[in-house]
Amino acid sequence: MTSENTPVSELGLHELTTWLRRCTELIDENAPHLTDLDAAIGDADHGANMQRGFDAVAGILDGEYEDVQALMKKVGMTLVSSVGGASGPLYGTFFLRFATSAKGADALDLHALFAALQAGVHGIEERGKSMIGQKTMLDAWVPALDAYQRAGETLQGAVLAGAAGAQEGRDATGPMEATKGRASYLGERSVGHIDPGAASTALLWEALADVVRPGGPTPDGEADADGEAAS
Amino acid sequence: MKKLIDATADVVVDALRGMALTHPDDLQVDLENRVVLRGRPKADGKVAIISGGGSGHEPLHGGFVGEGMLDAACAGEVFTSPVPDQITAAIAAVDRGAGVLQIVKNYTGDVMNFEMAAELADAESGTEVRSVVTNDDVAVEDSTFTAGRRGVGGTVLVEKIAGAAAEEGRSLDEVTAIAERVNQNARSLGVALTSVTVPANGKPSFELGEDEIEIGIGIHGEPGRRREKIAPAREIARTMLEPILAELPGEGPVLLLVNGMGATPLLELYILAADAHAVLEEKGVEVARDLVGNYVTSLDMAGASITLLRLDEELTALWDAPVATPALRRGL
Repeated sequence: MTSENTPVSELGLHELTTWLRRCTELIDENAPHLTDLDAAIGDADHGANMQRGFDAVAGILDGEYEDVQALMKKVGMTLVSSVGGASGPLYGTFFLRFATSAKGADALDLHALFAALQAGVHGIEERGKSMIGQKTMLDAWVPALDAYQRAGETLQGAVLAGAAGAQEGRDATGPMEATKGRASYLGERSVGHIDPGAASTALLWEALADVVRPGGPTPDGEADADGEAAS
Repeated sequence: MKKLIDATADVVVDALRGMALTHPDDLQVDLENRVVLRGRPKADGKVAIISGGGSGHEPLHGGFVGEGMLDAACAGEVFTSPVPDQITAAIAAVDRGAGVLQIVKNYTGDVMNFEMAAELADAESGTEVRSVVTNDDVAVEDSTFTAGRRGVGGTVLVEKIAGAAAEEGRSLDEVTAIAERVNQNARSLGVALTSVTVPANGKPSFELGEDEIEIGIGIHGEPGRRREKIAPAREIARTMLEPILAELPGEGPVLLLVNGMGATPLLELYILAADAHAVLEEKGVEVARDLVGNYVTSLDMAGASITLLRLDEELTALWDAPVATPALRRGL
């Protein structure tokens, strides 16, 4: 969160903590929606799992952290240890790699944040042995990173573009046929449903956009409307 | 949702508490890590076998902990794989110096969490951990999907036969090879008569008409191959066995497992078993061993799965070996 008119130019411990708190709020609000998406093509547990994980993350945010790496490593370990399913190792690996990339940094500027996000996404690809186009969370992560990089002049502009990219990527999973993850067991019957992992990824980006958006987080209603648009 | 629960968030730990109370001598339950362990641990120098996965498939896996089968089972949340912390706790508790075999059903989350746990166990204590991923379900084709087939009823047969091999004192390589052989020789298919209701969700995961069945359903309520009108059990037995036989490797006698999905009475499972026998006899397949009952369930889903395992002398002897677990007990 930032003061009214000062654009955020880097993310330090304070801003990252704000991001994670906002993630927790958005996941809480959208948990039933994520579970409904998962019931359509998976096993109806994505909302409950993400809620359990981010509730656990909320519980560690008041701790003292030496630097960005220490905070994000703790977030990653907390998610791995509490989420379960595929989302635990995937989101956990994202934050652990993010942490490694941020080693020694007190704050992340436009380029350092891109490097950290990219390292995290590579982690998801490796852990899930997956890539874009297979109807997974990567279909939100990769377009978000691309949009961030293309926009890239200011941190604020890049993050807002990234969030928009994540939403577009999420919506584009609807017509895809899954070839990875549990939805792949359905084959062509997965077509027509938004991927729940892509939907939760878009929420993480929405939360990040709220941190850099002029005036801080948007009212809850707006995020809700975005969540609904996914259905 | 009408269920015998106290709090939806606590169903797994509350059920484990009940298991601990009802099997005080046979099991030790680590409620903090949600790991079910043998009451009388295995001797030093023997390979240990662990398994686990989402809860909601009882008696899999906690019900198969005991002499002749598993050393530990990790209970994840309902339909959600356990987390690496649980699995590493299980590995540390059961390692007797001869290595640990993990039996993992082929679901993305299970595979990833067990893989992370194996990496952590190796890094932290040097324990040698192997994994066998079961994938016996013929409902979903694996040719174009790298995620492959799902692991279902065949998992119980892998756990029993590998458990017997470990009990004999075979090496980690040998026990792993036996587990892989059982998996490669087992094929399954499931049918749903009703949907499943996950407690945290509170409503049915899918809609199925009063006169409809879903062929090839997954054990988490994942939709199957297709929907059909309900038919007499003998027709359903044929519908299930034909694709299983088409993909069952080898020749010779088979083990027939007729497994209930949770809400189908034994009366119906025995009818289906009799019909399966008739179809197999007609096709010239000898049923050398049988198992009928609820072994790999899907909460309150009505329906059944059939698993065939192609037997040879060694697998038959290991299947016949004594076993003493809450859900499978013979000769001990």
